[in-house]
Formats: sequence, structure tokens, C-alpha cells
Amino acid sequence: MKIKIDRKYIPVIATFLVALLLYCGVGIRYPGFMTFRVFVNFFIDNAYLGIAAIGMTFVILSGGIDLSVGSMVAFTGVLTAFLIEKQGLHPLMAIVISLGCGSLIGYVMGCLIHYFKSAPFIVTLTGMFFCRGLANLISLESIPIYNPVFKSFVRLAVELPGRIKIPAIVFIFLLVFIAAIYIAHFTKFGRNVYALGGSSQSALLMGLPVGRTRIAVYALSGFLSALAGVVFTMYTSAGYGLSGLGMEMEAIASVVIGGTLLTGGVGYVAGTLVGVLIQAIIQTFITFDGTLSSWWTKIAIGLLLLIFILLQRFISQASRISKPTETVNI
Amino acid sequence: MSETTPILSVRGISKSFPGVKALAGVDFNLYQGEVHALMGENGAGKSTLIKLLTGVYERDQGQIFLEGKEIRPHSPNHAQEMGISTVYQEVNLVPTLSVAENIFLGRQPLRFGAIQWQKMKTGAEAALQRLNLNLDVKQQLSSYSIAVQQMVAIARALDISAKILILDEPTSSLDSNEVAQLFKVVRKLKKDGLGIIFVTHFLDQVYEISDRITVLRNGQLVGEFETGALPRIELIKKMIGREFEAFNAQDDKRESSAEIDKKQFMKVERLSKKGAVVPFDLSLHIGEVLGLAGLLGSGRTEIARLLFGIDKADHGRIFLDNRQVAFFSPRKAIAFGFGFCPEDRKTSGIIEELSVKENIILALQAKKGWLHTISRKTQEEIAATYIRTLNIATPNADQKVKNLSGGNQQKAIVARWLASNPRFLILDEPTRGIDIGAKAEIQKLILSLSNEGMSILFISSELNEVTRCAHRVVVLRDRRKITELTADQIDEQVIMHTIAEG
Amino acid sequence: MSINKTNHTINNHGFVTLIWPLMGLAAILLFNLFFTPNFFHIEIKDSHLYGSLIDILNRAAPVILISIGMTLVIATAGIDISVGSVIAISGAIAASLIAKTGAPLLVVVTVPLLISMILGAWNGFLVSAIGVQPIIASLILMVAGRGIAQLITDGQIVTFENKAFEYIGNGFLFGIPFTITIIALVFGVTQTLTRKTALGLFIESVGCNPTASRFSGISVRSIKQVVYIFSGFCAGVAGLIAAANIKGADSNNAGDGLELDAILAVVIGGNSLDGGKFSLTGSLIGALIIQSLTTTILTRGVPVEVTRVVKALVVVAVFLAQSETFRNSIRAKFRRRTP
Repeated sequence: MKIKIDRKYIPVIATFLVALLLYCGVGIRYPGFMTFRVFVNFFIDNAYLGIAAIGMTFVILSGGIDLSVGSMVAFTGVLTAFLIEKQGLHPLMAIVISLGCGSLIGYVMGCLIHYFKSAPFIVTLTGMFFCRGLANLISLESIPIYNPVFKSFVRLAVELPGRIKIPAIVFIFLLVFIAAIYIAHFTKFGRNVYALGGSSQSALLMGLPVGRTRIAVYALSGFLSALAGVVFTMYTSAGYGLSGLGMEMEAIASVVIGGTLLTGGVGYVAGTLVGVLIQAIIQTFITFDGTLSSWWTKIAIGLLLLIFILLQRFISQASRISKPTETVNI
Repeated sequence: MSETTPILSVRGISKSFPGVKALAGVDFNLYQGEVHALMGENGAGKSTLIKLLTGVYERDQGQIFLEGKEIRPHSPNHAQEMGISTVYQEVNLVPTLSVAENIFLGRQPLRFGAIQWQKMKTGAEAALQRLNLNLDVKQQLSSYSIAVQQMVAIARALDISAKILILDEPTSSLDSNEVAQLFKVVRKLKKDGLGIIFVTHFLDQVYEISDRITVLRNGQLVGEFETGALPRIELIKKMIGREFEAFNAQDDKRESSAEIDKKQFMKVERLSKKGAVVPFDLSLHIGEVLGLAGLLGSGRTEIARLLFGIDKADHGRIFLDNRQVAFFSPRKAIAFGFGFCPEDRKTSGIIEELSVKENIILALQAKKGWLHTISRKTQEEIAATYIRTLNIATPNADQKVKNLSGGNQQKAIVARWLASNPRFLILDEPTRGIDIGAKAEIQKLILSLSNEGMSILFISSELNEVTRCAHRVVVLRDRRKITELTADQIDEQVIMHTIAEG
Repeated sequence: MSINKTNHTINNHGFVTLIWPLMGLAAILLFNLFFTPNFFHIEIKDSHLYGSLIDILNRAAPVILISIGMTLVIATAGIDISVGSVIAISGAIAASLIAKTGAPLLVVVTVPLLISMILGAWNGFLVSAIGVQPIIASLILMVAGRGIAQLITDGQIVTFENKAFEYIGNGFLFGIPFTITIIALVFGVTQTLTRKTALGLFIESVGCNPTASRFSGISVRSIKQVVYIFSGFCAGVAGLIAAANIKGADSNNAGDGLELDAILAVVIGGNSLDGGKFSLTGSLIGALIIQSLTTTILTRGVPVEVTRVVKALVVVAVFLAQSETFRNSIRAKFRRRTP
């Protein structure tokens, strides 16, 4: 019985080990790497990815997938910038509208998936193109934000000794992270998400609100992607319709590398954070190296994702978690 | 057993589905503190009755009374709220969550909106204690055996409030130790005054645990009996009963196996698979119809799957024409001249979206490979031939097979195999759920094929069918080959006795 | 992937389902007949055909090619969203071979195609042997593949001059653009292979009911493997055309977004995402609809970005129309209205 329980944790343990090994490995090669400043930069540079990946964690835990994440980041980012700069809205107002739009699109996708029993990937793939189109429709050019109020948001930071500044976006990320852990582990909704991913048929027969949960998961992911878009806009001080290309893949990779099973039902929000950090380490390594080009990041992430997917397959085959594959017709 | 009014009482309940009358005016009574076995073969209406009680289906006619009050459950939840809980063979819990969570899912103890894990843990332990079970409730459910998982499901049901507990084939995937463990719990619950409905195919278990038995057949009530007063043989008779004679196949069947070509076609030695069937021997002659008789879950389908290479056997050898062969895929089995009409027509037999013609030529085409395409003309000829000889009722060969009736779909699958010209055909319940006329035709076909030299393994729950068609009958019980009957021994009474007593 | 197969009686597949896409195409053409001057004008310049219609066919080439491969993948109830990246890789290899090595044309053409097929085989391996969901398997290649393409071209746009290779994208054969010849060839060969041999039957059978197919002796695994390889091949050809067209390889943008166009084309063509029966002709018409829609939108002076929004909405509409649940709820509403 002990062995079986260990199996469940293998992906998460593997994730932590990979993160540690990578961090130390790169640290040994580049002495400047293991500084606190670089560590803080992991969070600053990847706050938006982390937030979106947390939304993705819930979706994948529920047994679904959301491919619209990257486009949603672009759309809400460009929308925020547009509303502030071109429409003269108050930044707070603009942010609220963006978050509302993201949640709404997520909600609609959830409804399409639930009520019409459509495959999540095709619905969210459509959402991906829809959002990208909307983003380009608003503006093809990057919209820089000069609004002083917004600038003051961006400049909000806690200064630590050693003149290390931790900007607001890092706190937003950490706040989302803590809230997500709370939701996942201490609310009925969170547990229903796990149950849905573990066995949607059982969840239905146990009387859980399957439909509501499923729709809420996509709405939540939409909301968090929109928040990621806002954070990205704060990070770059601009909204750009071509940002976030392929980001859905990075988000999925963070979740899967973080030990969440693609089939749903098993995983941890904390794992996703480590998954994001692993990608941050790889990216920083490539920057440190200087001779490697940025596209190596994509290849490396693809490779990591592949390895973890294969690891999951072997674990689930070994422990023979049989899950009903057919949908319920009642 | 209490002699007062029943806790659950069903009066004249009926339910129809398109083309089938699943239940027709059935009565059923359950008292407090009794275990009531619900028996019947496939299509008897057991599961329909249970689904009506648990609100999965809505009844067409009739009434259900719970403690004297009429109820109308409209969903499993609703039924559960009223005190009717069900535990299924396939545990309907979430395997990836902990035991404690599974017991409290959807009704976790909250404090300021946050789940109280500690309280949930102690609550779960208490709920399991009621069944005299001590488990580490923080462990993942899937780390426990199916039996324990079922008991967790029972614990959940009781904790939600159950007056009536329905156990729907809970023992099908349990070994004998686990069954004993489960029965201990059932006895305790009985003592606590619950009404328990027990659905199973295992006769031993019925006689071990139940107080009374209700038998259904073809959607109708056969009767309600005290378990002690109903001998096994009578129970089997009541379950299997008799179809009226549609034709007299005995005339066509060659009287003794002496007439059958003495040449052996296949020999199976000590073939076995854990959890499916214990080691068995089997032999089959050319042109022989070998019947497999046994109740559902006795291992008959499992044997068919092993022979056809769908499942891999753990041990044992198969000889064809005295040469040992090994195949672990249907593809290889087909190459040796095998054919297999599976029990579940819809999920593993027909290809719904394809036409009747395409369904018929599929196996032959697969055997030939994709490059050796059967010409359109030949395809049409083959289809026409089998539509004619098997009397498949279809407007034309290009009709989608899903638009055909069950019997005609079955014939299309048989045609698929006949077209591939097999030496050996496995027919698993080929006549299930099809009308009498089609049944008779398929039985006739089996005999004429055997006359032409094809070896056939014939599986059916209808004993009269087996006795009519088979030259030799292998009787199975509890995944074990009990005996083999030949010639004059092939008789419904004898088979029933064998299944009952072993 | 959840598949709901209900046994409602639906009219027979075949020509009937092609009526809707054909009408859609006709509607778009009709619109242009009235509102776009010279839309149907075809002229011969230097014994070459020119005109809006020829242009649509020509520009639709990549989408048509990919949707041919995609049709077969979808027919097995799979999906391949890596095609855009495979296009980029194929183009990148071809461009690099010409620009850096000056390899002979035969090599320049066959190497990218072989690599594309290997990439397809990789998808197929993950799906059929490892059991990874098709969307995830091809997602890995979709993103990693983009990186590989950039790696090959070093992140630059590689340009080249090679008359023979450019012919693939810009040449004319008997007055007809050579790309159209390629499409006709690939389409014809695929149609022949799937309809004149039993391959099509096996693909449909596997997509509709893999269990029953296995029980009937079809090697489900090989069939799946083959369709992904073929999808890779189609993307490879599309990549060559794209590279020849712009006389260069743009690893960032080549083939970007084409996966949805192809899926859309297949779905508009009346093919079900649940797999089973397929119609290559339907997908062809679907691809033409998409391209003529795009061209129409562009000629009306609407920015190109809008097309994505429109396409996304069209997909939603089409697959709602395909959804059994949706149709039933609509039908139920109608029934309630009529007493």
C-alpha cells in the first residue's frame, strides 16, 4: 500500500528534484545565477505565466484543457491599454472591464463545453482564435501606456535590502497562488473540481453540481488569463495583440511538469508554481549562456512536457487506475 | 424478519423503451431487517427495476411506496435523500480522492466556508466504524481493494441516511475472502434494521445471505419466495424458464457426436487468466457445435475473449490441428480462421456509421489487407448473398447498419464472419435481445454451418437454445469448468442441476 | 475524448451533406458576383491564367493540402494541431538547403518531405502506441516544432533565389498555376487511395468504433499511425509551397493559424469531429469557402484581423449545428411552439 501512495507523488517529487537539480546545475556553471536578485526575477518575469498556469491547473484538474489562454492574455492586455490610452478610462475601470470580458468568454466556453457536450479542446481552440482576432481588431500596433495612475500601479514595489525591488505584480501572483491553494483544498468547489476530474460519472452519481463546476472552471480560467493579461500589461507597460503567442503551451507545460495528471483528478497548485519556476530557470539559463537562442526555450519546454507526459503514462499504467472513458448519458 | 408492513412496496410497475417492454406490472416488497435477493438473467428487468427505484428512470405505470407513503424519485440524489441508496459493482466513488473525502464529498463540514479536514477525518472514521472497519481514511481510495471501496461506498450511503440499501452485483469482482468481508457488513446492517436488496448472479451467495428471493423474467414477475423454501434447481428453472418452441432444431441436429468428423480442430490445455477464468481444458472437433452453459459471470465470455486473442491468457496452451499456436490479437486469431460475434453488439460488434455492405465485408477485407481491395461488384455480390441467405431485413445494402433492428444487426455481424469464411466461429449470446423469429433463424444457421464443417463455440443464457444446437455442452460456474455433457446428457434439467449443484 | 454516439436516425451520409457547404460556397460567390467588380473575370496573360478565382485557388493551396491530411486524422477521431509548425519546419529546411548548401532540387524537395513525415510519425506514435490524447501529442510538436524551425533558420527569415524551386510556388503548368496542379495531384491520389482501396473503409471503421474494428481484424494502431504520417506529409508539401511562394522561410509566421483553418475546412465540409465517415470533397469545398471568405473580406477593405473573429464564430455556429444536443433543444423549442 505504501508503494501505491508513493506512486501518486512521483510526478511531484520528480518536479521538485528537476527544479532543484536545474537550479544547482545552472548555479554551479554561472556563479551569478544563485543570487536573490535572479530568484526574484523569476517571479517578476513569469508572474503573468504563473497566474494563467494556475487557472490552467483547475481546468486540467477537472479533466479539461484550455487553449485560449495565450490569446486571452493578448486580448485583455491590449484591451486594457486601449481603454486607458485611447478611451481615457480610469485604469481601475479598464482593468475591471478586461477581467469581466475574460471571465465572460471563459464562461461562454464553459457553457458550450457543458451544454453541448463539445470537446474542450475544440471549443477553446476556437476561443483562442476568437480572442486573438479581437486583440488584433483593437490594435495591430503595440499600445504603450503613459497614464500616470497606471504608471503608479506599475511602480508600486516593496524595496528589500540590497536595493532589490519587488513590484506589485509579484504580489498579485503570490496572492493568486495562495487563494488558489485555498480554493483547491478548502472549498467545496475546489474538491468538486478534483472529483470531476477523477471520475465525472461518479461525481454525477454522487450528486455533485457537475455542470456548474465545469462551467465555473472555464470562467475561472478566463478570469485568471485576463488577470495575467493585465499583469503582462503592467510588466511591459504596453498592450500588444501579438503577445502571448504559444503561451497556452507554456501554461500547460507548467501544470503537467508540476505533477498534475492530464487525465485530471490528481495534482497540486504548488506543483504548478514549481513548474513555472523550472521554465524560468531554463529561460534564465539561456539568457545567461548568451550563445543559445531563445527558441531553445520552446524546444526544451516541449521536451520536458513530453518527458512528464510519458512519466505519467507509465505511472498510471503501473498502478492501473482505470477510469471510465465513456460519457454518461442520462 | 419483521412481519409488519413492508418498508418498500412496489405495485404494478411498468416501464417501456422503444421496442421493448422492460418491466410489465411488477410487484415487489421489502421488509425492514431482511436481505432480499433480486434474481433474473439478462433482460429480466432487474436493472430497470433498480433504476426506477433510484430515480434514474421514471416509471410509465405503477406506484412505489416508502414506509407507506407514495414516492416519485426523479434522480439518484432525490432517491438518496429519501433514504434509498445504491452501491454498484463498479464503485461510483472518485478513485483519486481519499477515503474520507469520498465519504463526505459534496457535504464536507465547513467552518467560515473552509473545509474542516480534521472533522472530516474523524467523521469518516466513525462512519466506517459503524461497519466495524478500521481504515486509514487519508489514503487514496484506489489504494484499497474493490471490496473495501464498496464498503466505503456503503459507509457513505449510510452516513447520508439510508433506510434501504441496494447492492447491485457488488460481489462480481470480489474474491471469496472479500465476499466474506462484505457479507459480515451486510449481516450487521441487517441486524441494524435496514432493508437490503441484493442483486447477484452467484447462487451460493444468494443462499448464504438472503432471506427472500424475487425472480423476474423477461420483464415480468415470476414470484416471490422464502429462500429456505426454494431449492436451487427450482430457482434456476424460474430464472431461465422456457421460451416457446419456435422451431424444432432437434431434427436438423445430427443425433450423436459419432457423426461428427472425428478430426480434432482445436485443443486447449490449462488455459487461465486471473480474475477471468481458472485453468480449463477444452477440445473441439471439426464441424462440432460446442455449447457453453452457465449463468452470467460464470466465465463464458471470458473464455471466448481468451480464445479470440482479445485478452492475453496467463497460462495454458492452444493447439490447432495438433500444432501449438500463439496469438495475442484478434488479427492473428482471424488469420487462423477464427471469427467472433461479441456479446455487446453495439460497442464491439457493429460499426454504426457504416453501411450494411461495409459491415459485412469488413472482416474479409481486413483479412486480405487494404491493397487487395474487394471490387465494388464483388462487395455488392457478397452483401446481396448474405442479406438473402440470412434474411437481413434492410431496404438496401447501403443502409447504415445502425438503422437496422437488433436482430438484423446481429445477422450482419454473423454475415461479416461468414464472408471471411472462417473455420471456427465464436458466437457469444448471438440471440440476445432479438425477436423469436430471428432467434430461430440464427439457430438454424448454426446447425447448417456445422453441417458444412465449421466448428462453433456457442454461448447462450437460454438453455433450450444450447440443448437444441450443441453436440457437446461445457457447463461453467463461478469461472470454473464444472463438467462436459455429451449426447443424451444434453438436457435442460441436467444442465440446470449441474449449474446448481456442481 | 468524450464521444457521444446516439442512435437517432439521420439521413444517409454522402451527397446530401455536401449540399450545405456547396450552398455556402455559392452564396459567397454570388455575393461577389454582385458586389465585387471583375470577380469572375479570368484573363490570359502571357498564356497564364489570372483572375480572382484563380487567385483564391492558388492562395487556398496550403489550407487545402493540410485539410486533406486533417480530414483523415479527424476521421480516426484524432486531431493534429502541429501542422502549422510542420509547415514552418519544412519550409525552413528547404530554404536552408538552397541558401546554405545549394543542394540539387531533388534533395531540396525530398528531405523536407521526409522530415515532415517523420514528425507526423512521431505524433502517430504518441497517439497510437503511447496513448497520449491527440490534442496534447500534437500540441507538443506545435510549440516545440516552432522552436525547431527557428533553430534551423537561426531565427532569421532565410531568403533564396532558385528558379527551379520557386516554380513550385509561382510557376505555371499549361497556363495553370503549378500549385493548383499539386493540389489536384495530392487530392486525386488521396481520393484514389481511400476510395479505390480499402484504406478509407478502415479509417472510417477505426474512427467510428475502434473496438469493433480491432475485433474485425483491423490493425487500429497502424491505421492511426498512417494518417498522422500522411498529415505530416501534407503539411510538408504545404511548407514547400509557402517557402517557394515568398522565396524564403519565415519560421515565426509560416503556417501560423493554419491548423484552425484546416480544422474549420474539414468541419464545414460536413465531417464530424467524432470521427467516422469522411468526405475529402467536403473538406476541399470547406477550404475554398474559407479562402473565398477571406478574399471577399479583404477585397471589401476590411482588415485581415477580422477574418479570425469571423472564422471563430463560423466554427462555433457549424459545430453547434453538428451537436446532437443543440439540434434536439432547437427541435424541442419548435415542437413546443407548434401546438
